[in-house]
Amino acid sequence: MKVTIDQDKCVAAGQCVMAAAEVFDQRDEDGIVVLLNDNPPADQAEDVRHAASVCPALAIIIEE
Amino acid sequence: MTVEFTSPRDAGCPFAPPPALRAAAVEKPLSRVRIWDGSTPWMITGHAEQRAILSDPRVSMDEKRPGFPHLHAGNAAAAEHHPRTIFNTDAPEHTRFRRLMTFPFTAKRVEALRPAIQKITDELIDAMLAGPKPVDLVQALALPLPTLMISELLGVPYDDHEFFQRCSAIAVDRDAKPEENVNAQLGEYLAELIMDSPSEGWVSDLAERVRTGEVTVAEAAQMGVVLLIAGHETSANMIALGTLALLENPDQLALFRDSDDPRVIAKAVEEMLRYLSIAHHGLRRIATEDIEIGGEVIRAGEGIVVALPVANWDPTVFPDPERLDLHREARQHHAFGFGIHQCVGQQLARVELQVVYGTLYKRIPTLELATGIDQLEFKHDKLAYGVHRLPVSW
Repeated sequence: MKVTIDQDKCVAAGQCVMAAAEVFDQRDEDGIVVLLNDNPPADQAEDVRHAASVCPALAIIIEE
Repeated sequence: MTVEFTSPRDAGCPFAPPPALRAAAVEKPLSRVRIWDGSTPWMITGHAEQRAILSDPRVSMDEKRPGFPHLHAGNAAAAEHHPRTIFNTDAPEHTRFRRLMTFPFTAKRVEALRPAIQKITDELIDAMLAGPKPVDLVQALALPLPTLMISELLGVPYDDHEFFQRCSAIAVDRDAKPEENVNAQLGEYLAELIMDSPSEGWVSDLAERVRTGEVTVAEAAQMGVVLLIAGHETSANMIALGTLALLENPDQLALFRDSDDPRVIAKAVEEMLRYLSIAHHGLRRIATEDIEIGGEVIRAGEGIVVALPVANWDPTVFPDPERLDLHREARQHHAFGFGIHQCVGQQLARVELQVVYGTLYKRIPTLELATGIDQLEFKHDKLAYGVHRLPVSW
């Protein structure tokens, strides 16, 4: 799984961090998404897919 | 016949969205709906269609565009005079406003507030238990909790909490006189606080941004007022209406009472958000280009009303939607909206509800309604749905 994020689209809702805290974080100053791991292990894949589906700004792109 | 957007709810089922809107949703995922001025914008009821519309850059929130389906006559008249804020702008203008408001609400910052929220909750319940019963849960817990929490988040000094709470109470009091302009009072108060070089809370961050010239004092104070107004009554409604729903579903209340697992509690809160969907006023938008969706074409310039509660009861996404099922996977709900305008304070609301629902029924396991449910007055005509009073005993 390959994960990319679009920080320009991100609206800092924090949904991705709630869904997959090992893969996504937020910048302290404005809450914009930070990618911790662009190639997460299989056991985190479902959480990452969920993060992408609940991201209100559609700022997470996954290539399986 | 075109459905009226303000169709009544079923008196016997106060948590369900209006039957007429649900019936329209069964027919088609979007249909025409009549609003207060007689106009017939599109109403989006399907879950998938709401996602698509709310995240579509061809859909605008600019209330100054002709044909915008305003919430009521007051907004229609005032729209052209409203300053530009996060509530009436699109990207990229919206992005600047949004990013000034997001920093207090990161998952980490909100999580750090959990002990303070727990302390406020415990103290309010202590006071409830020490006082007479029955008591109105709205006044005893549901309203003061979010106010105290926002005071904490903003960094309002303890000595000013009473003033802050009084202003907040007036701000949501339907009997308040218009001359008690608490928004202005709160704005002035926050402006002074920001200029006073505070060392704690969001006001200190705002003060720093004023120093660097990112925002003016007036803009910063206005954001504080917005935060208070938006975060206050909504949370209060979730606490009081949620408690009513749980008292009506004691097998579900048992989960909050008996579980100490934060993941179980967090999951259950998502279902509460789905089931109650208190933002029932219909999000207002306007198409800037033709949009093909759900077998229809929304033409450029046509208004759009997004009925969040109906999609949260979409049986194709949430089977048996009328059942409050705290074990359900409900995270796809639209209770906070969707798209770039999704609720900025949602993580704070989540932690707050996790603490309140996870504490109240453990502390007062014999909590009960002190009146008949048919005696309660529901907030049918308010922006956020709820109950005006909730008399409880134990």
